Amino acid sequence: MNTKVTLAGVELKNPVMTASGTFGSGAEYGQMVDLNKLGAVVTKGVANVPWPGNPTPRIAETYGGMINAIGLQNPGIDVFVKRDIPFLKQYDTKIIVNVCGKTTEDYIEVVERLADEPVDMLEINISCPNVKEGGIAFGQDPKAVEAITREVKKYAKQPVIMKLSPNVTDIAVMAKAAEAGGADVLSLINTLTGMKIDIHRKTFAVANRTGGLSGPAIKPVAVRMVYQTAQAVKLPIIGMGGIMNADDAMEFILAGATAVSVGTANFHNPYATQEIGAGIEEYMKRYQVEDINCLIGAVK
Amino acid sequence: MTQVKGTAAVAGQEKLAEGVYSMWIDTEPVAAQAKAGQFVSLYSGDGARLLPRPISICETDKEKGRIRLVYRVAGAGTEEFSRYQEGDTVDILGPLGNGFPLEGMAGKKAFLIGGGIGIPPMLQLAKELDCENQAVLGYRDGELFLKEEFESYASVHVATEDGSAGTKGNVIDAIRENGLKADVIFACGPTPMLRAIKAYALERGIPCYLSLEEKMACGIGACLACVCQSKEVDPHSNVHNKRICKDGPVFKAEEVEL
Repeated sequence: MNTKVTLAGVELKNPVMTASGTFGSGAEYGQMVDLNKLGAVVTKGVANVPWPGNPTPRIAETYGGMINAIGLQNPGIDVFVKRDIPFLKQYDTKIIVNVCGKTTEDYIEVVERLADEPVDMLEINISCPNVKEGGIAFGQDPKAVEAITREVKKYAKQPVIMKLSPNVTDIAVMAKAAEAGGADVLSLINTLTGMKIDIHRKTFAVANRTGGLSGPAIKPVAVRMVYQTAQAVKLPIIGMGGIMNADDAMEFILAGATAVSVGTANFHNPYATQEIGAGIEEYMKRYQVEDINCLIGAVK
Repeated sequence: MTQVKGTAAVAGQEKLAEGVYSMWIDTEPVAAQAKAGQFVSLYSGDGARLLPRPISICETDKEKGRIRLVYRVAGAGTEEFSRYQEGDTVDILGPLGNGFPLEGMAGKKAFLIGGGIGIPPMLQLAKELDCENQAVLGYRDGELFLKEEFESYASVHVATEDGSAGTKGNVIDAIRENGLKADVIFACGPTPMLRAIKAYALERGIPCYLSLEEKMACGIGACLACVCQSKEVDPHSNVHNKRICKDGPVFKAEEVEL
C-alpha cells in the first residue's frame, strides 16, 4: 500500500500534516504524538522580528468550532532558526515553515533567512484575519496575491505554498492569481472571519472583536473551496478546515487535495494527527486502494 | 512528567454550593504525578464542544489513584460535567502546568489565599505545605464551600462580599482585620484580587506566588491562546508573554503584569 504523496517534488510519507498555528513547532505535541509518523510539520507563522500578538482573551468556543485571534505571536526568525529547526530536524518528517509579515519586505527577509536552512517548503501566510497589516491584506486582492507570490518566488530556495483565505468572493480567482505568480502549491482554507458576543459580559468574546473561525463547523465550506480550486488550477493543493478524523481527511483528498492539514482537532484530541494517518490506511484497506494518489480528486 | 489523555471514571459528585460542584475522578496516571496548583483538561462528551475545560486540582488521593475537582458551572461544558455521576466516564488530560513551589518553605508562616473558585487548589497546597498555614478565603456570600476542610490543615479566616460571614469585604480586608502576618504568600482567584495581593506583597517584600487563569485551547503550550504579560522578555516567546498553561499557571508575582 502506498501512502506517499508528492508536493512540488517533495515526497511526504503520508498526506497528513499539521495546520499552522495549532501545533507550535511540534515540541509540545511531540510529547504525545510521534512526529515521525507525520507527513510534515507546518510550523506556527514566523516573522522577521518577534511579534507580541493580540490581547487576551484570544479564543472562544463556538458550536462545532472556535474563534481565535492570537495575532501571529511569534519569537521572530532568529530564535526560530536557532531553536525550532534543530528540534524538528531530529525527526523523520518534512519541515514546512509558515511565513508571515506586515510588508512584502518582511516576507522576503524571512524567506531569505530560510534559504540555507534545512527546511523543505515555505508556506506564505497571506490570509491571517487577525492582524491589521499584512496577512489577509495580501490575500483578498488577486493583483496583490500575484505580486506577493512573484516576489517571494524570486528569493525562495524551497518550493512555495501560498495559503489562501476563504474570506473572498471567488476562491478560484485567488488560486489562479497565485498560480500566475508562480506558486508551487496552494493551501486552503485559512479561517473564516467570525465574531462571538459574550451575552453575560455584554462584550466581544475575543479581545480583537473578530477572529478566525475554525473547526468542523467550517468543513463543508472548506471542501467546496478545495474542490473549486482543484477545478481551476493545476497546482497541488493542501486541504484543511475542520478535519477531525480520517473520514474528513478523505473528503478533502477526494475533492482534490494531495495532502491535508489538521488544526483545531489537535485541541480536541492531541493524538488527532497520528490517528488520522492510521485511519487513512484503514480506509485504503477497506476499499482495497493500493495507492493514495488514485484517490486525489477522484470525485469530479 | 508525562501528560496522558485518557478516559477516566467518575467516582462521585456532590454539590457544595449554588453552582459549585465537587467531583472525584479515578485517574491513576494523573493522581500519581499531580502536584498542588496543577490543573487538568476535561473534555466534553458533546462533539460540538471542542475545547477542553481547564480545571484546577483541589485534592489528590495517590493511594486510591483519584483526584478531586471543585469547579463552578460557568457554561454548557461545566454544566454537563455537573450532571456526571459515579460510573460515568470523562476524557481527561493532565496533570498540566507547573504547580506551587514547595521547596524551602518548611516552617514559614504562609498565607494561602483563595478567592471564589480560586479556593479549591489551595486545599491540596494546604495539605502538602510544611508551613504554618493561614488560609484566607474570600467568598461572595455565606455559602462557605470547602471552609471546614481547610480547618484540618490551616487556621482559616473568611471574607465575604456581603458580610454574611467573617470580614465584610475582600481577603486583604480579612488579613488587616485579623492582624495576620506571613513570610510567603500563595494565591489563586480573580485578577483584581491577585493585583491587590501582588501590591500588598511587593510593598512588604514578601515572596508571593500567584495562580492565573485564562481561556485556553490546547492546554499544553502550543496554541498561545492563554498568555499573560511578563515583566521581562520571556525566553520561550521572545516577547513579553508567558503561557499560563505551560509556564504557569503559578508565577512569582513580580514576573507578571496583571
